[in-house]
Amino acid sequence: MANLRDHMGRPIVAVTGIGVVTSLGVGKTDNWAALTSGKSGIHPITRFPVDHLNTRISGMVDFLPSSSKGASPLTYELAETAAQEAVSEAGLDAGDFGGPLFLASPPVELDWADRFSLYNSDKKESGSERLLRVARGLKGLDIFETTQFGSIADRLADRFGTRGLPITLSTACASGATAIQLGVEAIRRGECDKALSIGADGSATAEALIRFSLLSALSTHNDIPEKASKPFSKDRDGFVLAEGSGALVLESLEAALARGATILGIMRGCGEKADDFHRTRSKPDASPAIAAVRAALADAGLGEDEIDYVNAHGTSTPENDKMEHLSLSTVFGARIGSMPISSNKSMIGHTLSAAGAVEAAFSLMTMRESVIPPTINYDYPDPAIVLDVVPNRKRNAEVGTVLSNSFGFGGQNTCLVMAREPV
Amino acid sequence: MSSPHDVVITGIGLVSSLGEGPDAHWQKLTRPGVEPVLDATRFAPYTIHPLPEIDWNLQIAKRGDQRQMETWQRLGTYAAGLALDDAGIKGNDELCATMDMVVAAGGGERDEAVDGAILAASEARNDRDVLLNEKLTTELRPTLFLAQLSNLLAGNISIVHKVTGSSRTFMGEEGAGVSAVETAAARIRSGQSTHVLVGGAFQTEHSDMLLGYELAGYLHRGPWRPVWQRQGAEGGGVVTGSGGAFLVLEQREHAAIRGRKIYAELGPVVSGRARRRRGELNAEIAALLKQAALPDGALLTISGASGAHAATAAEKAALDANPALAVRAFSTLTGHMKEAQFPFAVALAALAIDRKAPYPVFDATVERQFEAAPSTVLATAIGYHQFEGLGLIKAA
Repeated sequence: MANLRDHMGRPIVAVTGIGVVTSLGVGKTDNWAALTSGKSGIHPITRFPVDHLNTRISGMVDFLPSSSKGASPLTYELAETAAQEAVSEAGLDAGDFGGPLFLASPPVELDWADRFSLYNSDKKESGSERLLRVARGLKGLDIFETTQFGSIADRLADRFGTRGLPITLSTACASGATAIQLGVEAIRRGECDKALSIGADGSATAEALIRFSLLSALSTHNDIPEKASKPFSKDRDGFVLAEGSGALVLESLEAALARGATILGIMRGCGEKADDFHRTRSKPDASPAIAAVRAALADAGLGEDEIDYVNAHGTSTPENDKMEHLSLSTVFGARIGSMPISSNKSMIGHTLSAAGAVEAAFSLMTMRESVIPPTINYDYPDPAIVLDVVPNRKRNAEVGTVLSNSFGFGGQNTCLVMAREPV
Repeated sequence: MSSPHDVVITGIGLVSSLGEGPDAHWQKLTRPGVEPVLDATRFAPYTIHPLPEIDWNLQIAKRGDQRQMETWQRLGTYAAGLALDDAGIKGNDELCATMDMVVAAGGGERDEAVDGAILAASEARNDRDVLLNEKLTTELRPTLFLAQLSNLLAGNISIVHKVTGSSRTFMGEEGAGVSAVETAAARIRSGQSTHVLVGGAFQTEHSDMLLGYELAGYLHRGPWRPVWQRQGAEGGGVVTGSGGAFLVLEQREHAAIRGRKIYAELGPVVSGRARRRRGELNAEIAALLKQAALPDGALLTISGASGAHAATAAEKAALDANPALAVRAFSTLTGHMKEAQFPFAVALAALAIDRKAPYPVFDATVERQFEAAPSTVLATAIGYHQFEGLGLIKAA
């Protein structure tokens, strides 16, 4: 009989369903096959013209019915698709989930296609006056709902029959991990025995790309798209904007065992620490990231020597990878050189609000399959970053515990610790 | 029965058209017949409640920090600073570094001049996607992205006030404000947090903020009226206001050890999601009122009603069904502040308990007299479009 309470007497939280969509495909099977064969999903942008753009590649999800319909519809479809996979795998009623919903999704704005069509549907006045007048004459709620921050979660709540007021959150590039953390905490507090945590991001619009470009955050290695994302390499020059979604069904281990569910993994611990240094840069001593990793280990009740593998944030920006290395080498000391640490983003790019959830899904699969996906494009190692990045080829390895890092603009640092088996 | 893990309110930061801080709000709101501050011309045909004059330097010392934020972020960072000051936490490095934070955020203060120029040019161009790239790559201010981004209100609070225990941003209009307070309280009750900064802000003086309502025709037009008297008037019933509300929530024991003044205890906070198209809202509000376990006897009720016709009618019917409730809809005097609506309601409730006095009616034609010193106050936020929540605030 497994322990049902953790080292702090809280209910142990199990994962009983996993769903994922990335530029590599829909579902775990396709994603895992591509990921473990070192295949990249990064490709030239075709969704909109790339005239005047410095970055012309991305990891957009271009194969869903909503892919060309704007950020809100695509984010909804990504979330729904991943959640459907997760809930079915868990063997739960996909129309009557019965637990709360935590959704990490990008902030939404009126899409430019809608802005143009509203504006050009009339000739009187100009600017915002015209837009407002046209807006109040609209008959349907479709455009309105794409601008409401709560609407995607509201639709998902209807679709899956989740309970209560759904929470939509943003902690920038850590959002997906925060959604999982909120679910874990709700179960630990005894508020529910299951929760649906989703990270979804379909917001790779031209404007989003330009905004990140203006911050010099994106890779401009356009010529060979699949080689552009190269975490921990000496010639890394920015992240690759991408889309995707990850969904987890979280359940108290007790409830999951009671209904005979398959336990896919355990959410052992979550840690976070905000950075007060700068809006986009991390404190030079990496102390907030270090504190977040340590908080996650402490929450999990694990020592530094008990983590088998790190699923890195590994964005391929000069800044992140350097800071991440500093934080990991500080926490894990001399052991860092021999610990496998790989970045899924080398293949799928940076899925922003979804990243933490997508990478948690892949972390759980890494443990279940005993295969570590590689960091591809590792041709010119950065001599200042000495890590075992599982270069270029997958590695077969028994992995019992994983640390997954998520760091974001606005000083957001969230780390998750997962385990293959209950204690 | 009090318990060491009770949630108490030890800091309040408020900004609205009425002024800033708990004292200014208390004085204005308890003056019978106080008039709202309105601007009916700038965004005509819409009336708004504008920001008061604010000396940003008082809470955001560095000009460089102020420049990195659009007004919404500045307003939220300012209101958060007021709450931290009020709780005696501001400048205390240890308390700030261990303080958790949940912010209910909007965002999206776009560059109206750039957008206007793109829209004007779109009238003569068929290659609008190319036009967009052309203009946005050359005319967007690089720092604007972060200056209007949702989670960067929390990010700026970390930078300016050094609150770094944890930082979470909830999105989703009034519901985000309800969830933020509810989650912060749950963390404290379970012992996960000892002190949490929670709140939100809304800056309505931007055409995109009005557009967010008006795409569904939610804004009231024509002469201003109190919240309860907009049914049947031109438009959708919502009059917006700029403002912000932040609370310092604290474990009772933690506040006692610090020797801090306690405004009030935060009792149960309950929330829901009625499927309004199926007509569930009235029943949902009734169910939430039942779940909150209201005390016997007359109960002062601080309503966050927006004026939106359907939601406000449903709330009124649900509240009217309980003759013990003496309702005060503060949006009559402040305007609707979206994500900040519920934290604002909780703050006004806590103030009434602290000052041992009720608010006079804000609308004499609809609201009932209430004379007693309130020992419990109900606060509501029924979303103008979706999501509902309410909470009970009690004498500490």
